[in-house]
Formats: sequence, C-alpha cells, structure tokens
Amino acid sequence: MDLANFLIQLLNSVQYGLLLFMLAAGLTLIFGIMGVVNLAHGSFYMLGAYLAWSLSAYFGSLTLAILGGAALSAIFGLALEWLLFRHFYQRDHLDQVLLTFGLIYIFEELRSIVWGDDVHGVPIPELLSASIPLTENLSYPVYRLFMSGVCIALAVGLYLLISKTRLGMKIRAGAFNRDMAGALGINIKLIHAVVFALGVTLAAVAGMIAAPIASVYPNMGSQVLIMCFVVVVIGGIGSVRGALISALLVGLVDTFGKVLLPQVAGMLVYMLMAAVLLWKPEGLFKQ
Amino acid sequence: MSTMKANLEVLPRGVQVTLALGLVALVAFPFAGTDFYTQMVTRMMIMAIFAMSLDLLQGVTGLVSLGHAAYFGLAGYALAFLMPQGEAVSLWWTLPVAVLASGLAALIIGFFVVRTHGIYFIMVTMAFAQMVFFLFFDNKVLGGSDGLYINFKPDTTLFGWMPFDLDNKRTLYYFTLAVMLGVYAFLRRLLWSPFGRALAGIRVNEHRMRAMGFGTFRYKLTAFTLAGALAGLAGYLWGTQTGYINPELMGFHMSAHAIMMVILGGMGNFAGAIVGAFAFEYLLHVFKDLPQVGSVNLGKHWQLWMGLFIVLLVTFAPRGILGLVERFGKSRGAGDE
Repeated sequence: MDLANFLIQLLNSVQYGLLLFMLAAGLTLIFGIMGVVNLAHGSFYMLGAYLAWSLSAYFGSLTLAILGGAALSAIFGLALEWLLFRHFYQRDHLDQVLLTFGLIYIFEELRSIVWGDDVHGVPIPELLSASIPLTENLSYPVYRLFMSGVCIALAVGLYLLISKTRLGMKIRAGAFNRDMAGALGINIKLIHAVVFALGVTLAAVAGMIAAPIASVYPNMGSQVLIMCFVVVVIGGIGSVRGALISALLVGLVDTFGKVLLPQVAGMLVYMLMAAVLLWKPEGLFKQ
Repeated sequence: MSTMKANLEVLPRGVQVTLALGLVALVAFPFAGTDFYTQMVTRMMIMAIFAMSLDLLQGVTGLVSLGHAAYFGLAGYALAFLMPQGEAVSLWWTLPVAVLASGLAALIIGFFVVRTHGIYFIMVTMAFAQMVFFLFFDNKVLGGSDGLYINFKPDTTLFGWMPFDLDNKRTLYYFTLAVMLGVYAFLRRLLWSPFGRALAGIRVNEHRMRAMGFGTFRYKLTAFTLAGALAGLAGYLWGTQTGYINPELMGFHMSAHAIMMVILGGMGNFAGAIVGAFAFEYLLHVFKDLPQVGSVNLGKHWQLWMGLFIVLLVTFAPRGILGLVERFGKSRGAGDE
C-alpha cells in the first residue's frame, strides 16, 4: 500500500469513525443518563436518511434539508420521550429491549407506508461535489471531508455543551444522582427529555449527512445499530469520550481490515470487542 | 426492577390442569387438523423448545440474551453440512453433533459474554450473534445470504430397522412433541436441582451468591452453554421440518422474537415459554393473514401490528399471560378472605 492509498484509507476510517461517534454518542448518553437500552436508535439514523432524501427534493438544497430535518427529528424525539420512553426509565432492561424492538417494527412499517420500499440516492450538493487529486489517478471527494468536518464540529459542540454550560452541568448532575439533582430543584424530567431529543437528533443528522454517500434503503438502521453497540461496549457505557475513541478505533479496524484482510473483515471488529471484554469487561472508559 | 422478583416457579393447580388439557389437545390434534395446521403446530412446538432454552437464561438466571438465535441457526447449518447431496443421513449421530456444535459455540461465546452484566450482556450477546450472522451471510462457501437447502429428512434407521419415518408429517409432529416434552421435563427437573437453585440465586442476587462461595462465572457459563445446545436442538428440528436454512434465522429479529415468547407466556417456569411460543406464532400467523380492506392489504403490514402489540403488551402487561393469571388468582384469593 503506497502513501496516497494509505492516506485515503486513513481518511475513510476517520470519517466512518466520526459518523459512528455521532450515533454512539446519543446512544451512550441515553444509556448513561436515563439507563435505557434503545434498540430503535438505528431507526433514527434511517429516519434521518429518508428525511434528507425527501426534504432535499422538496427544498432543492441539502443544507436546508439537514436543518429542517434536524428540527423535525428533535420534535419527534421530544414527542417519543413524552409518550413512551419517560415511562420506561425505571423499568427493567428487558422491558426496554422489548419496547424498542416493537418500535423498530413500527418505524420500519411506517417508513414503508410513507416512503415505500425502494432504494434511493441523494445527490451530493454542487458546491461539495469536487474531488481533491492526490496522485495521477487517485483523488479524495470533498464531500467526505465535509462529513468529517460536520462530525468534528458537532463533537466539539457536544463537549462544550456538556462540560462548559449550565445545562451540561445539570445533565452531569442528573447522571450522577437523579434524586439528589431533583431535590436541588433541577427539573430532571426536562433534562431527560432534552438529552433524549439530543440523542435522536444526533442520530438523524448522522443519517442525513451519510445519505449522499451511503444511499437510502429499508432496514439501513439495523446494521449501524450493531456497530454502535460495539462502539459503546468498547468505550464504556455512559462515556462520551470513550465513545469517541472507540468509534475511531472501530473505524480504523473496519476500514483497514477490509483492505488488508478481506476474508475476515466482517469479524475483526467483533474480535476487537472480545479482546477488550477480556481485558476490561466494563469498557475502556467506564464512568 | 420489577421483573426480577420471584418467578412463578410453582405452577398453580389451575394452570397445571390447563396444561394437561393442552397436552391432550396436542396429542389428538393431528387427527383433527389438516396437514397445513399439523405443520404449523409442529413449527410452534419447535419454537417452544427454542423459547424454553432461552427461558433458562432469561427467566431462571436473569440473563437477557439478545443473540440466542445464533445457536438455533448453527445447528440447522450443521445439519445442512452433514447432509450429503444424494442421500439421507442418519438422525442418530447428526442430531448429537449438531447440538454439540451449538453448545460449543455457546461455550466459546459465553466465555466472553457471561463476565458482563445488565445492559452490557444484552449488547454483547447481540453483537456476537451478529458476528456469527455475518460469518454465514458473507461467505458463499457457507451458503451466503441465500442459505442452504436440506434435501432430505434425517434417516432414523437403526441396525436395519426403521422405528419411524420423519418424512411423514404426522410422525415428525409426534417426534417434535416428544422432544418438546423431554426438554420440558429435563428443564423442570433442572430448575429444582441444586444447579437450578444456584441459577435462581444468581438471578435474585449474584453478589450474595458469590459471597456464599458459589463460582457464579462457572454456573452462568454452564447455563449459557446448555441453553445454546438446547436452542440447537430446536434449530436442528427446524432444519428438518423446513428443509431450508438461511442467515435470517440467526438474526436479531429471531432472537427478539424468542424473548417475546418467553415474556408473553411468563418467565422462569418453562410452561410459560411453551404457552408464549404458541401464542406468539399464532399471532404472527393472524397478523400476516389479515384481509385486504379497500386498497390496503392489512396483512402486508404485519410488522406494524406486531410492533403495536409488543409496545402495548410491555406497557400494560409486562409479566405476560401467566402473570395475568397469577394476578387474577391473587385478586380472587384476596376476595375470599
């Protein structure tokens, strides 16, 4: 593998890792703060991709579609939290698994009713459709760099939100001790609703920005869900920093595995997970 | 944690009588029903074996596995690989080999997963099952996404004598019924053995069990392996009945269905798993068979109805059918005082 090729694979793995992070961050926050296993998290990714497809056709602009789609998914997340998830925070994990599995069926079928069962493509915006030439016949698409940029910006934003703002302080207090935070006058129900909506929005935005390169198809949520589980397990539940590092690690292993060891590429990530479990059963950055 | 409280391990007299009547109905069924329904009930009994195997983990030990279908599918694949193209292979050695294959896979994966707890256990079992799924899905040699055909039913000939013929649908029905009853009897016996008591102790309070000197890792790993092997037994029967095996059988939808069955009936006593498997498969059949209303084919959207059903069930009756029976029995008992 020469340098240019290596660079391309490296950029690809970072981009994939960052995309996984967007999904895993929401998942790990919802686990860590509300204690909910959410199998339907992949459905939010799918929802985002389908929103990007239909809204970009409607607005004629992917940027507007992403902004509008993010707002819609935040509202959707708030409604879902209020209607269902709120009543499951104190319930057994088993009940949460079933609830969210039932939701996967409902979301898949509603998707099929609203948007049909076809595979769709979302065009890359004009402005970002160029490629940066690396050598004579190798180049790197600008859109992938743009994706990484968006993910990094959101990751930094998330970090600042949680560690520097008043809201973030309340979120951390709620995660540390729900009852005590409530006794000190923090509206913990509101905090939970906000965190849940944030998780849904992050997953949906990931789906939206991935739509132009990954295409939009039924059941696209389930595979990405499992990868997110692997990321969260490796990183340690509840740790956003752990999710970032482990997402990048998974991105590297998966991308380079496909190039260097294509025979076992599908299993490498799970082997990584097994190794981490042997070493640290609670993940690398258990809080 | 509501569902972790004591399970309905001792079945009330009323439930016992109902189960006995159900057994009589099952024995008589092939003489009353058509071939189609005989096959459907055979399938329900296979799922009941699968659900009971999961109940050992979920209901008895308190381990929620979201990857149990992997062991179910593996034994089916084992049968497909052992069955030559041109002739039937003997039941008497392929069945143990297939069950052992599933058990071995469960032992290896269990070695990693039983050291995790709660949420981790759920996610890790799912991830490993998905690894097995992709192993078969991605490799053409292993059948790929299309799966494999099993052209013959296993041959039951022993020393030139053939006690029964699995090609006969009614014989396969009774064979499956016998296996289901055998598994039920075995697991009920196991539940009250010192080993079963230790597993129940782990469900209630693992720390205390460890403090009392039980090596809970070994107990959990044994339970995981045993459950995987029994799931393999069900998978073998599935492959025998349908003559076809594909990666979907190992997917996480299948695993979640098994969890549903155990919940639907009521956990931790194996009878609930059987009832739940029958009820779930029947519901699936009803939802898929819904009629066309106007321009909308209701049956095509069965996932929507199943999804709504699951959400409603888990919201309003989280302890399933036997839980409702128990609640009903309690409220009546309270009225007597």
